[in-house]
Amino acid sequence: MNKRQTIEEAIAKITSGSTIMVGGFGCPGTPFTLIDELLRQGQKDLTLIKNDANENSIGIAKLIDNFQVKKLITTHVGLNRKVIEMMNQGEIEIEFHPQGILAEKIRTAGAGSYGFLSDIGLDTEITDVEDIIEWQGKQLKIESAINADFALIHAAHADYYGNLIYRASAINFSPLMAMAAEHVIVETPNFVSPGELKPESVHTPCAFISSIVVLDKLSEQYDLLEHHFER
Amino acid sequence: MNVNRILKRAAQEIKPGQMINLGIGLPTMLIEHLPDDLDVLIQSENGILGSWKKTDRAHADPFLIDAGGSYVTTRPGSCFFDSSVSFAMIRRGKLDLTLIGAFEVDELGGLANWKIPGRFSPGIGGAMELAQKTKRVVVLCSHNDKHGNSKILRKCQLPLTASACVDRIITDKAVMDVTKKGLLLREISEDISLIELQTVTDAQLMVSKQLKRF
Repeated sequence: MNKRQTIEEAIAKITSGSTIMVGGFGCPGTPFTLIDELLRQGQKDLTLIKNDANENSIGIAKLIDNFQVKKLITTHVGLNRKVIEMMNQGEIEIEFHPQGILAEKIRTAGAGSYGFLSDIGLDTEITDVEDIIEWQGKQLKIESAINADFALIHAAHADYYGNLIYRASAINFSPLMAMAAEHVIVETPNFVSPGELKPESVHTPCAFISSIVVLDKLSEQYDLLEHHFER
Repeated sequence: MNVNRILKRAAQEIKPGQMINLGIGLPTMLIEHLPDDLDVLIQSENGILGSWKKTDRAHADPFLIDAGGSYVTTRPGSCFFDSSVSFAMIRRGKLDLTLIGAFEVDELGGLANWKIPGRFSPGIGGAMELAQKTKRVVVLCSHNDKHGNSKILRKCQLPLTASACVDRIITDKAVMDVTKKGLLLREISEDISLIELQTVTDAQLMVSKQLKRF
């Protein structure tokens, strides 16, 4: 059951045109090293699903700048003016969802279901009237599950089987995406033997994990962003 | 715009025992004005209950930011969770108070803060769910935009975040409550007269009998 692979092998499974979920909310949880390998290999026409577009020249913004991304399904890109500009110019398609609705769409796919009913944003432009049904006396919107071909995940710790532990606010979308994608590629700086993770501390059970890429150390991309202290 | 006047006034909205979400921008800045012993839990929708003030380089953790991207500390008793749990908390109405920014807000309690078509559309983020489901929604914004246009409107022109969701609006010029009859002016800035305020406000204002200065 060895899931450990080189980063080249793991990312080479991704073909152009794939739909890829990418963990992370801002920097924490963003799998920078896996993203850099995807940048290097150059797969195109990708649909990415991520909470945000990172910031300019960081994380998935590199893939967008390199014209590898045709569509981004997201919740908020306010920290990346360049992506907003590309959206305004029609250079990238962006589909916005309310943050918790996107999370729930992914969670629903990860739970093997196809959709759920919600009352969020019913009278706003994000709701198509065709998606509204009456259910138990209420007007509700049908929200479809969102799945993906791949998920790219950063975990603080992973064991041989692929049991994962995330750190602090780096959890965010990662456990949901790890459940929802067909093929889940994890990067981790702390790869341990079976038994070294406390079973009750595991966030994502190994059943969902396909490939594990071990990082010798975290590159400077994982360090503090200096400009965040100047605001 | 007098940011400090807004923040100082907004701090009075926060009561001990509350669970609170603070939106990106002005609302998040409010944390720095709160006393350290205030018994509240700040929810940051990226997955923290018990988020607290910004911290410096020496103490910051690259894996711990709030939803606005600032490196923060957490208070004793804080917890981390994934985004589906975070918004379960929000949609289930567990939060007592949301302080949120606005491009426009109207006298019916409508809020627009996610999309200026063709110009600046940062996206919805957590705003729709927070605006629609938090027990009390207080908008913090400048009274007028940089061109002098009123952000307090009879009816929002931009795409709505949520209709009929706002309870109170705090600007640099006024504190207004959304009532069934329209906007009730509760407090007015020391720097402006009532007549001046109405001329820079698109919405009709009813004036409280106990109108105060702030």
